[in-house]
Amino acid sequence: MWIRALPKHFLRLGLTILLGGLLGATLVRFAPGFGADERELDSRLSTQSIQVLRESHASQRNILGYYRGYLGGLLRGDLGISTSLERPVAELFAQRLPVTLRSVGMGVAGGWLLGFFLALPAGMFRWRNYEFLTASLSGLFLCLPAAVLGLAIVYAGGPAWVAIALVVFPRVFQYARNIFVQSSELPHVLAAHARGLRGVHIFIWHVLPNAAPLLLALGGISVSMAFGAAIPIEAISDHPGIGQLTWQAALSRDLPVLVNITLLITVITLAANSVSDLAGRALARQRP
Amino acid sequence: MKKVRIFSIVFLAIIFSAVLLADVVAPAPYAKQFREAPNAAPSMKHWLGTDDLGRDALSRLLYGSRVSLLLAPAAALVSTLIAACIGGLAGYLGGWYERVALAATDLSLSLPWLFLLLTVRALLPLNVAPLTSVTITFALLGVLGWSSSGRIICSGARAIREADFVLQAKALGCSPRRLFYRQVLPNLKPVLSAQFWTSIPIFIIAEANLGILGLGVAEPLPSWGNLLRGLENWPEVKASPWKLAPVVLLIAVVSCFQLVFQRREEIAS
Amino acid sequence: MSRRGYIVLLLGLSCGLFGWRAAAQSGGELRFSIKSEPKSLDPMLADDDSAETVRYLTAGVLIRLNRQTQKLEPELATSWKVLSGGKSIAFELRKGVSFSDGTPFSAEDVAYTMRTLMDPNLHSPFADPFRSATGEVKVEIKNANAVTLQFPAPVANLEQLFDEVAIVSAKSLHRDVACLGPFVVAEHAAGASIVLRRNPNYWKHDASGKPLPYLDAVRLDIQQNRDLEMLRFRREEIQLINMIDPDAFDRLATDMPSAVHDAGPSFDTEQMWFNQVASAPIADYKKAWFRSQNFRRAISQAIDRGDMCRIAFGGHARPAAGLLSPANHFWFNQKLHAEETDLTGAMKRLADDGFHLEKDVLRDREGHAVEFSIITNAGNKVRERLAVMMQDDLSKIGIRLNVVTLDFPSLIERISHSFSYEACLLGLVNVDLDPSSQMNVWLSSASNHQWNPEEKSPATEWEAEIDKLMRAQASSTDNKKRKEYFDRVQEIVAEQAPFIYLVNKNALSAVSPSVRNAAPVVLRPQTYWNIDSLYLAPASAGGRP
Repeated sequence: MWIRALPKHFLRLGLTILLGGLLGATLVRFAPGFGADERELDSRLSTQSIQVLRESHASQRNILGYYRGYLGGLLRGDLGISTSLERPVAELFAQRLPVTLRSVGMGVAGGWLLGFFLALPAGMFRWRNYEFLTASLSGLFLCLPAAVLGLAIVYAGGPAWVAIALVVFPRVFQYARNIFVQSSELPHVLAAHARGLRGVHIFIWHVLPNAAPLLLALGGISVSMAFGAAIPIEAISDHPGIGQLTWQAALSRDLPVLVNITLLITVITLAANSVSDLAGRALARQRP
Repeated sequence: MKKVRIFSIVFLAIIFSAVLLADVVAPAPYAKQFREAPNAAPSMKHWLGTDDLGRDALSRLLYGSRVSLLLAPAAALVSTLIAACIGGLAGYLGGWYERVALAATDLSLSLPWLFLLLTVRALLPLNVAPLTSVTITFALLGVLGWSSSGRIICSGARAIREADFVLQAKALGCSPRRLFYRQVLPNLKPVLSAQFWTSIPIFIIAEANLGILGLGVAEPLPSWGNLLRGLENWPEVKASPWKLAPVVLLIAVVSCFQLVFQRREEIAS
Repeated sequence: MSRRGYIVLLLGLSCGLFGWRAAAQSGGELRFSIKSEPKSLDPMLADDDSAETVRYLTAGVLIRLNRQTQKLEPELATSWKVLSGGKSIAFELRKGVSFSDGTPFSAEDVAYTMRTLMDPNLHSPFADPFRSATGEVKVEIKNANAVTLQFPAPVANLEQLFDEVAIVSAKSLHRDVACLGPFVVAEHAAGASIVLRRNPNYWKHDASGKPLPYLDAVRLDIQQNRDLEMLRFRREEIQLINMIDPDAFDRLATDMPSAVHDAGPSFDTEQMWFNQVASAPIADYKKAWFRSQNFRRAISQAIDRGDMCRIAFGGHARPAAGLLSPANHFWFNQKLHAEETDLTGAMKRLADDGFHLEKDVLRDREGHAVEFSIITNAGNKVRERLAVMMQDDLSKIGIRLNVVTLDFPSLIERISHSFSYEACLLGLVNVDLDPSSQMNVWLSSASNHQWNPEEKSPATEWEAEIDKLMRAQASSTDNKKRKEYFDRVQEIVAEQAPFIYLVNKNALSAVSPSVRNAAPVVLRPQTYWNIDSLYLAPASAGGRP
């Protein structure tokens, strides 16, 4: 029966992705500074040359027309040409995407490892001093800007993914800790304690299954968080990934690059959240 | 732990009093430039030194705390309430409503909202008061910041929808509206509280990052955000460690809030 | 030891010494940063800083402006003659020169370069200065080593314009890579770095006949973050910082005093101006303020330029006297001086225009409180400091100044497209000594006539006078006369203050002590203008430590 629902599901996903691309393009198109080029301030250029420069963005002004043309190109594998870097977007993505995927992947994994394993004792054992220390530690990293973390890691000679992990971990910790605490106060868990079952056994067989759907949802969100953190971290640490490209494209209103990046992030977000949704529902069905 | 909680309450009370009474407590107006002493080290006249324009750092910290302590929690509250409504209702109602809400959440997570912030700023008059423009920025952050927890809340609400006590309440004739407010939302408190507490520093830092694009607090009004931006100049911070005061204060305040209110929730539950 | 043995020993020692010196002067990879990915490696379209860096290092030009002496020197052209009052120029070309791929260089390459450059569809920033009038540029090839270029009308400062024209090959199969400069692009890792290797066919030799450049390679790392650039310089991962912030300069001066260089006032200026566009969407009473000479001069008098130099620039700047920096020795009008801070004088000027103070708030004749906004680009800390200092200065005469920082595209849109701004604070980067390079700023019909661009006819008498003077100096070949005209332009600008010039910042750079023959100057590129003579001390020649 779930196979029959798949085409509908994929159609919904496809429409969401297309809508995401259009909305992203619209936001960029109508933002102030669209079509403005800093070369207009070059006093060597004549008035005619500056006029040509201003008209070079004319094809992008009609956003629906532009998006239609873009989708046509996309079907042919042509992602367009970056207006700020004057290079094919596909080439830029091919060079930069692996860099970011690596950092984000390792950053999410690192952030989860740290956040999850710090939250475990908080949920299982409720040691007061431990809670105080971990709350302060997560508070410290929550309060440091991602760019500062990125810089600090670079100064220490570390890779960018460590900074991403340090951005993701406090949020994972906060949610996970609260979810574990809530789950551990459920009646059946208290009953299990009363029956003398071991703490670890209770945690694995009673607390974790209840917390799993929310943790899986958190897992999906942390991918978006990591991508969001990658932008300032890569920009400030000069890491040549998609994050740095996004920042440069945003500063120069590079519509072709930004539309592609919006689509990419929409696809990744939907994929991550769909996987976590499906896993969460599957787990819920398995539980008696 | 009781001592720690008491200490946190006292600390917060002192900070809030100092911030509210900044006009009295601050050693100098936050905009006054002591041009003979730029980047001065701490001294009797300037307890936290001065910034690069000779403005008293302690005064700017006090007034900046006022802006951030009022606006960031307000924005966090807005984003939490929106997340609770959208995510909570989505999980509770299920069906097409849940599908639409989750698609909206995913879209919201993917879109470059920075451009909306730029557009809104462009629509405001250039001579708008700094406090007005930063209030609008925080309001927008609050309205746009719900999506990161919307899914988690939806997932939680979905699980609660099928819980025994909810089924029992339904069987007893409880209306859906009452069920949602009296049974579902209270059980989402842990997730909502995590959303609220993480959002406060996130929004303060977002305001700092937006300052790079001119969307932060306009000069000369200070905020934690524009004070935190100074941390990016790491060699200067290393040479002048007292410039870490804003981030130390932010960490202390956020941690104390968490200690006080988490303990309160535990006592209540 | 016998006499013969002694001579052999001496010869051996000399060879050894010479060999050591030769070894010290060759090899090694010089590393420094560029701020962004070059938009284009086509030398005719290299109009951003990074692309211009690559162009300077790889391109061969007919005439080179020596950045140190500020005099023109022969390069690919051994001699030249400006004829017909600047309407044509005849070159004698250097013989025996080849492109990096071995293709011989000849007059045909010069002809091809000029025809490509002047293609109206190219819109090269290096072509527009040649377009003194509509019409074609005629190229006459006399022989393989002689070429004459004829322009439709006299071109001001004609010879110096060739300093920026990179000669490309007409015949090479690898036209986009083949070049005549000291280095050739060898590797390009997008977003990361560009490596240039020495051109094996470079025509220059040093005094002892050794082929230049001394360096094996130049590596340009793409690095936007200035703090990271500084960190890498301290770690000796890079050896040059071409332009360094005043704060970073002072920090580095404490730890590495021999590495920092302050070459004195640069050609760059920081200035503000008021929006005088008639159709601008601002209140009419504000337009009236901004059009008033007294108002503009009063603002200028209220600003404390000395404090700006001392605090915002750490002393590495001087108050600006006008549109040119005193570093431009020949063209700067020596009679001009920076406006002194004079609050009383400012209030008197304002009073002449009907302004008055009412409870510490300055009001105009109609009772409007004097309040306006100034926009500047976000992210430039020094400029933000200048704006906040101005805010404080103007508050002393009852004016409320609102500082609004915008990202660059938003700012350009306001000052060039919608004109929805009141005042703007920006800097001007002057790469050229000659005043003709500023035609597109001072002509009232030009796009970069920032306070009121593209006027159909001059809005004021003084702008009409500036138009006349600028055209006169552009069409004259007598530098003495040109200086008279341009001196008068500078005087009018000082009187009328359409731009309120604030400071001339110093040319600050950092060069590692391991780099030899470096002599930082004020003209761009400050540190590597003599790239073919730079070499690394032996310990650094091998590359990264």
